[in-house]
Amino acid sequence: MIIMMPSVIYTLPIVKNNMCLAVPARVTQINGDEAVLDYGGVIRKASISMLSDVNVGDYVLVHVGYAISKLEEEEALETLKLWDEMMRAAE
Amino acid sequence: MRYDIFNDKTTAMRIIQKIRSFSQDVKIMHVCGTHEQTITKNGLRALLPENVKVVPGPGCPVCITPASEINSAIQISRQGAIITTYGDMLRVPGTTSSLAKEKAQGGDVRVVYSPFEAREIAMRNPDKQVVFLGIGFETTAPMTAHIIKTAPENFSVLCSHRLVPPAMELLLKGGYDIDGFIDPGHVSAIIGISPYEKICEEFHTPQVIAGFEPLDVLMAILMILKQIRNNTAKVENEYWRVVKPEGNLQALRVMNEVFEPCSKEWRGLPVIPGASLKLRPEFSEFDTEKRFDLTPEGDACGTDCPMCGSILKGISNPQDCELFGKLCTPENPVGACMVSSEGTCNIEYRYGLSII
Repeated sequence: MIIMMPSVIYTLPIVKNNMCLAVPARVTQINGDEAVLDYGGVIRKASISMLSDVNVGDYVLVHVGYAISKLEEEEALETLKLWDEMMRAAE
Repeated sequence: MRYDIFNDKTTAMRIIQKIRSFSQDVKIMHVCGTHEQTITKNGLRALLPENVKVVPGPGCPVCITPASEINSAIQISRQGAIITTYGDMLRVPGTTSSLAKEKAQGGDVRVVYSPFEAREIAMRNPDKQVVFLGIGFETTAPMTAHIIKTAPENFSVLCSHRLVPPAMELLLKGGYDIDGFIDPGHVSAIIGISPYEKICEEFHTPQVIAGFEPLDVLMAILMILKQIRNNTAKVENEYWRVVKPEGNLQALRVMNEVFEPCSKEWRGLPVIPGASLKLRPEFSEFDTEKRFDLTPEGDACGTDCPMCGSILKGISNPQDCELFGKLCTPENPVGACMVSSEGTCNIEYRYGLSII
């Protein structure tokens, strides 16, 4: 069960002192411009007003309480594949 | 989702071998504290050949916030307002005090993780003025803008936001012999590729947008070296799993709607044309500087250590500073670079070899 105290809705204790850090999280629920996110076990809300096309199950990068970008697992794997090809070609 | 795939040692060694095949002397600058964190924490510099130098630039927004702007927040706090800001800002030295010291003396200074919390504090305290000291680069400015659009009357923003690309231009004009830039991944997630392309055209400087895992940074270095060898200068995007070429259009729209560029000084750097943000006239009612009676006080650097400026320009290392690790520590920072976990001196203190 998610306890949503207004003052802690957008608080993520582990990054409280570090506004620079973007934290990846999985979207578990969407209510309009807000989403409930799972940060590897820690459940918090964040705004998704700066992203379009966010679905439950997506991974997003969160910066000061706002999701700023979607993380694409396929693209991550594709990046590594491309690097491998690049380095093989140069060998 | 697995995050360790960009941490693989075998791939790292393959990339490093390629990097070692370059014999030219090269100085690459990054402009993001998180990149410095990745490089120092993982000991990447020790793996690079001597001819490839990677230096940190002014990439930590906490470090470059001038003492004069901290002094303004202190003045407002003394007038009885609630000051809200990100945790790192509390210990940044002003000229004679800091927000942490003000809090210790009874000032109402509150740490927030998101501007949402600052707005909430304002809603809960309608009889009090609540000021949000908004700092950060393009990664946090859109969020401040978003909050301003729905803020209550007693809320205002002391705007200390800064923009990265104009600072890169200044460093290139300054003749610091920078051969390539590792562009900041999350700033780029907001602004996209085009602002860097203008820099490429004007200065013929290779750039790679990079993520924050060890392999991201190593690959970015290799890609820059390849551009240098081929005598090309373009913006490549190594972090395309997060950064889209156009950036985040929603974030850019709200940022440009509320803010406009202006020219202010940075700590350790001079006034950089168009590298700061201020509220547009339509939103001036939420501008703290217009709402409060402020007397400009102090210069950019306050009582900092003498090395802050040259560390922020990538000329000096933290070890060159005689205060580093002695008088100036994360518990008791003298200079701003020691305050934030993104600051060059703070990172060197926690992970660097010089401390052992």
